[in-house]
Amino acid sequence: MSEALLVLEDGRAFRGSAYGAVGEAFGEAVFATGMTGYQEALTDPSYHRQVLVQTAPHIGNTGTNDDDAESGRIWVAGYVVREPARTPSSWRATRTLDDDLTAQGVVGISGIDTRALTRHLRERGAMRIGVSSAGTDEASLLERVRAQPGMLGADLCAQVSTAGPYVVPAIGPATRRVAAVDLGIKRMTPRRMAERGIEVHVLPATSTADEVLAVDPDGVFLSNGPGDPATADAAVALTRALLERRVPVFGICFGHQVLGRALGFDTYKLRYGHRGINQPVQDRATGRVEVTAHNHGFALRAPLDGPVDTPFGRAEVSHVCLNDDVVEGLRCLDRPAFSVQYHPEAAAGPHDAGYLFDRFVKVMADA
Amino acid sequence: MPRRADISSVLVIGSGPIVIGQACEFDYSGTQACRVLRAEGIRVSLVNSNPATIMTDPEFADATYIEPVTPEFVAQVIARERPDALLATLGGQTALNVAVALHERGILAQYGVELIGADISAIKAGEDRQAFKDVVRSVGGEVPRSAVCRSVESVFAAVADLGYPVVLRPSYTMGGAGSGVAHDTAQLRRMVTAGLAASPTHELLVEESVLGWKEYELELMRDREDNVVVVCPIENIDPMGVHTGDSVTVAPAMTLTDREYQAMRDLAIAVLREVGVDTGGCNIQFAVHPGTGRLVVIEMNPRVSRSSALASKATGFPIAKIAAKLAIGYTLAEIPNDITRVTPACFEPSLDYVVVKVPRFAFEKFPGADAELTTTMKSVGEAMAFGRSFGEALQKAMRSMETSAAGFWTGSAPEGETLSTLIQALRVPHDGRLYTVERALRAGATVPEVAAVTGIDPWFVDQVLSLVELRAEIEAAPVLDGPLLLRAKRAGCSDRQLAVLRPELAGEDGVRALRHRLGIRPVFKTVDTCAAEFAAATPYHYSCYESGGAGVGGEQAAEDEVAPQAGRPKVIVLGSGPNRIGQGIEFDYSCVHAAMALRDAGYETVMVNCNPETVSTDYDTADRLYFEPLTFEDVLEVVAAEQRSGTVAGVVVQLGGQTPLRLAQRLADAGVPIVGTPPEAIHLAEERGAFGRVLARAGLPAPAHGVATSYDEAKAVADGIGYPVLVRPSYVLGGRGMEIVYDDEHLASYIGRATEVTPEHPVLVDRFLDDAIEIDVDALCDGVEVYVGGVMEHIEEAGIHSGDSSCALPPITLGRSDLATVRTSTEAIARGVGVRGLLNVQYALKEDVLYVLEANPRASRTVPFVSKATAVPLAKAAARIMLGATIAQLRTEGILPARGDGATLPVGAPIAVKEAVLPFKRFRTAEGHGLDSLLGPEMKSTGEVMGIDTVFGKAFAKSQAAAYGSLPVKGRVFVSVANRDKRAMIFPVKRLADLGFEVVATRGTAEVLQRNGVSATVVGKHGDGPGNIVELIHDGQIDLVVNTPWGNSGPRIDGYEIRTAAVSRDIPCITTVQGAAACVQGIEALIRDEVGVRPLQELHAALRAGRSDIPGGAGCVR
Ligand SMILES: Nc1ncnc2c1ncn2[C@@H]1O[C@H](COP(=O)(O)OP(=O)(O)O)[C@@H](O)[C@H]1O
Ligand SMILES: Nc1ncnc2c1ncn2[C@@H]1O[C@H](COP(=O)(O)OP(=O)(O)O)[C@@H](O)[C@H]1O
Ligand SMILES: [Mg+2]
Ligand SMILES: [Mg+2]
Repeated sequence: MSEALLVLEDGRAFRGSAYGAVGEAFGEAVFATGMTGYQEALTDPSYHRQVLVQTAPHIGNTGTNDDDAESGRIWVAGYVVREPARTPSSWRATRTLDDDLTAQGVVGISGIDTRALTRHLRERGAMRIGVSSAGTDEASLLERVRAQPGMLGADLCAQVSTAGPYVVPAIGPATRRVAAVDLGIKRMTPRRMAERGIEVHVLPATSTADEVLAVDPDGVFLSNGPGDPATADAAVALTRALLERRVPVFGICFGHQVLGRALGFDTYKLRYGHRGINQPVQDRATGRVEVTAHNHGFALRAPLDGPVDTPFGRAEVSHVCLNDDVVEGLRCLDRPAFSVQYHPEAAAGPHDAGYLFDRFVKVMADA
Repeated sequence: MPRRADISSVLVIGSGPIVIGQACEFDYSGTQACRVLRAEGIRVSLVNSNPATIMTDPEFADATYIEPVTPEFVAQVIARERPDALLATLGGQTALNVAVALHERGILAQYGVELIGADISAIKAGEDRQAFKDVVRSVGGEVPRSAVCRSVESVFAAVADLGYPVVLRPSYTMGGAGSGVAHDTAQLRRMVTAGLAASPTHELLVEESVLGWKEYELELMRDREDNVVVVCPIENIDPMGVHTGDSVTVAPAMTLTDREYQAMRDLAIAVLREVGVDTGGCNIQFAVHPGTGRLVVIEMNPRVSRSSALASKATGFPIAKIAAKLAIGYTLAEIPNDITRVTPACFEPSLDYVVVKVPRFAFEKFPGADAELTTTMKSVGEAMAFGRSFGEALQKAMRSMETSAAGFWTGSAPEGETLSTLIQALRVPHDGRLYTVERALRAGATVPEVAAVTGIDPWFVDQVLSLVELRAEIEAAPVLDGPLLLRAKRAGCSDRQLAVLRPELAGEDGVRALRHRLGIRPVFKTVDTCAAEFAAATPYHYSCYESGGAGVGGEQAAEDEVAPQAGRPKVIVLGSGPNRIGQGIEFDYSCVHAAMALRDAGYETVMVNCNPETVSTDYDTADRLYFEPLTFEDVLEVVAAEQRSGTVAGVVVQLGGQTPLRLAQRLADAGVPIVGTPPEAIHLAEERGAFGRVLARAGLPAPAHGVATSYDEAKAVADGIGYPVLVRPSYVLGGRGMEIVYDDEHLASYIGRATEVTPEHPVLVDRFLDDAIEIDVDALCDGVEVYVGGVMEHIEEAGIHSGDSSCALPPITLGRSDLATVRTSTEAIARGVGVRGLLNVQYALKEDVLYVLEANPRASRTVPFVSKATAVPLAKAAARIMLGATIAQLRTEGILPARGDGATLPVGAPIAVKEAVLPFKRFRTAEGHGLDSLLGPEMKSTGEVMGIDTVFGKAFAKSQAAAYGSLPVKGRVFVSVANRDKRAMIFPVKRLADLGFEVVATRGTAEVLQRNGVSATVVGKHGDGPGNIVELIHDGQIDLVVNTPWGNSGPRIDGYEIRTAAVSRDIPCITTVQGAAACVQGIEALIRDEVGVRPLQELHAALRAGRSDIPGGAGCVR
């Protein structure tokens, strides 16, 4: 096993072993705490330009398979683990994770103290990182890390979005049609809608309101995606147009931030984000708590103490994260629109929030 | 939602004695519950018959009833206490079953007591196997095909339909009692009756076998708002067919994809909701087909379970504590996560480490028992370990077992093994199967081959293979250099293991020296529930080997999370490791007490232990918790870490039983400050020769003895001493291999059977003191003064291990002069040895001579019993003495009574009886027969109960009710005794006849009885044809058995079938004359008057009041 090096922009470094492809990778260092679902995480477009640190010590135990990928490729910019599996075991596995990483040129590092790294990121915040298994010294790698762009101000959705529209047919008879704006959509999301009789027209991130309305949707879905929501002006403009026309809108993650911005709220960068599948979110209307999958480095700033007026009528914070009171959901009271900061499609993650897709169906039915 | 305002008093039911399948995890959960409820201002009353529990300490409840956990006694407690609610979900299966019985008898309704946690319908839906299956199907889940049967015939009909093999599982049981796998009709026939009998409802589930599938468990919590979280998925390394309690298990699950895990989670939550557990914890078990992923539900426990304790310790999420809060109305979102303090308990823990649990078995104690692991749980304890990888956690857990082998390569491999014998051996699940896996891989077996014959997932087998490869690399390396050594440590190898592979390093000490020279030291990480996402406020640590950061500013040491704390001096308490026969919860009790007392005295307390079931490993118990193996290496590193972070005032080794005691000398040699009795003094008591000199100097008699390395030598010694003699190998502890030998023939056979008799390991031959009264004493000594904590008189004669015999405190037949001799002897030993802290001495009183059998310079098994019987916290006092307090000082502080001691209890003090609980029912021979329940000098009990009342008869009756179910007050008694016991037996049997019992006896016994005016019907012995006694017992026609053995040793002992029949029918079986006499007193007490209940607080108050009347000081009886 050859050596590999990891350097953070503040100079902290770790030495480990090469994992996956040999080479160099840069991005924003983020950690995720899920104990299952590495294949889903790696293929989640929201991780574009990020180097993912897995806190779960054993990674790759179940190999990879043809069903669990959330998109057509691995999106993480680099991968940091403690103990990669050498022999995977799962009745569904068709390849090892190492095979996938190597084939797709994803540079990783293994054997490092991922807990120490995580604690460092927790205390100092998400930051730029470089991983190299191509033999450089710390100082020069650090120089290149510091030369990388940060995540603030990064406009990335277009880079991960579908090139052209495609349709995911409803499972069973189609009862509704939804236009899903792909800002970095995961495969499970249209499937969750298809399961509910929705025919999903997935459209590129750059779609205009006219293009969206051209598919004659019962509702519009705004997906998750990578980058800084403050840059998503086009998507915000699109959303405003939809709100204007009272088209039902459901946004998740990046899409939630877009809806928030359309309503006039600001976004901000969290110190180290929420990435995991164990985040407690409370539905403020019912008091019920759902355990949810998160992957967000930014969040919306919105008042927690009741509805506020927006250009599109009143809106309120519908969900909050119990760990830190971060805004996790919005609901328009005078428009058929709502959004959550987390992932109701939950791949990976618990299915507690699946009801939100039912809510979307109902919103469309009532609209 | 705030807590319910309509609950102001709660009765908590504990789980009674430690038995296989139900151990101290319920003390842990019950203690947490009591703490929580009291902190809420609720009046807590508690019933538990187990005196060795922390929960039965009087300060944990408002009214503590050390009374039998049976519906009759709990009903009496309810009548006295009138609680608003009953919390039964934290007391294991025992408490749950009592709750159901109280409901069915209408007691709960009569007194208006609400069952909180899970209601009757939920308990039934969870525990009734068929009802549960219906629930699973109704939510779309799958279960193995099955039929519920209530008779032998219906079982056979069901099997005709299902086909062999089938699994039998009785309803409302735990630990797989009465369950098993039948591969053919013969096996089935053997198992059916026992299975039906094991179920309190005589219900047996006959089920399609899913042997070899992967087994998983989920621990869930639900609140009254219907929020549900999964605390932890646990994967069993041993597949279906090996009880989870006997499996090596790992958390989190290692071989599930997210999809499979979420499917399991969804189903678990649906089942939980449908069953209707309102609030609290529950556990659901699943089987997954390894080739298709087919998921079936196996069972659920609508209560906190053994696995909940494991999950709590593994994640830092305190299930029982939170269950108690939920039961009184809080919701998960309202309860803070103790560890982070800023986030709520409504979340699912994320682990950034691996936890492995390994079961501890005791087959060596039960010769003849079939050691195959099946659906019936047989392990007596477990150890758990943390690591940053599976290998590290596994190897740490394996060396925590306190077995002769301490991890791979440290034990001896059976001779003549070949690849094919190894593969053959792997087919049958057995204790230490992972050792066999390792040897098979080393012998060339492939991963798929091993996985195929064991059903162990290839991922785990591959993990073991990587250790085999590492071993080869270490052996082949020219030198053990830094990088390789670090890799070995990261893989979890101990110094001792490495010493085996690199003999030139001259043993473990050499490896350690090298390691320290190379700067390869473990760091300590924190169990924080959240994989470091939030800062942890609780110092709950485990060790691992990490490499440091290589910062641009220079090398950085591996990150260690032990916080500096310079303010208070630290005291490190070493715990007792996994429960095993001879060393169980009693030692944990003492360790916990030390932590409490020393914290109160201003020290920072640090606990080291590896037993997940215990109160000591609750992160709330000591100021800091290290969940670590209790090996020399691991302890030394903890001490070093604590020394780096502050000042270590001392390490306490005398409260955790033999485990830490054995480390004392080496720790002291390594410069570790041992407090209390110094290692040299420990040696004086532990080494026979040295102890003999201590006794000789004090003029105290000991049984004559000698050593032998051959039959001829042994015979010479025996001839000199005179038969009977007690023989034992010198190299084992805890009464292992001890036998009473009555003649040359038996002596020859013993020497023949005792392997490894060599000059280094001679056989010890002692005069066996026949018909002697055994006396146990626990005492404190501060170096000058001695405080006798308690004097216990055994009910059975000497020759039955002190852990297995019942005893009474205060002694019921000893005279003043006997007590005076006990006191002076104990004082002489304490001073002669140089004890600072606790001392336990065992004596045998024969013909007015008090012989010293042994002295243990440590806390004993009886410390909690004595503390509760005399209202004096002996372990707390001991901890203080170890750190320099004097007995006089503790008397002024009120920790010890101002006057008198445990040997001068006031007249009218309550009588406490301790009774042992034996696990014979759990074991079967390979042919399916029961094991002999005969007692001897080798300890076999798993736990104990206490009966306490004003007179001996009542206390004894309670102890029996608590241990075995009530003594009969009418019916038929069967008597069959050895010739030497016939005379002594006449009086008690006559009394039983007078009390209205019908007496049946074997011919010889009957004749003696008839000659003495007791009419007795003669019945045939086993083998005497139809109508013989064994048949009568099986038929339920006998209510009490009195049977003393004829022979006294050797493989075949008469009466075996009688005793095993009694055990399988659960009827009391008395095997000693003294036991029979006590039993008669108990029966009389039951017949004469109501045996009532009284809280410990009241008994203690009376005792304290009585004490103030004692004139003078401790020496008044001298
Ligand atoms: N149908 C079955 N086929 C094979 N093994 C089984 C089956 N049902 C249960 N077992 C095994 O028996 C063990 C004990 O069964 P379980 O129902 O969990 O009893 P308990 O109530 O004692 O926990 C399980 O841990 C599992 O390994
Ligand atoms: N010389 C003896 N005569 C009669 N009984 C004895 C004698 N020595 C030991 N025993 C019995 O054997 C039991 C176990 O012996 P002990 O020396 O206490 O071993 P352990 O270390 O296991 O406690 C004692 O509790 C006692 O009942
Ligand atoms: Mg079970
Ligand atoms: Mg003893």
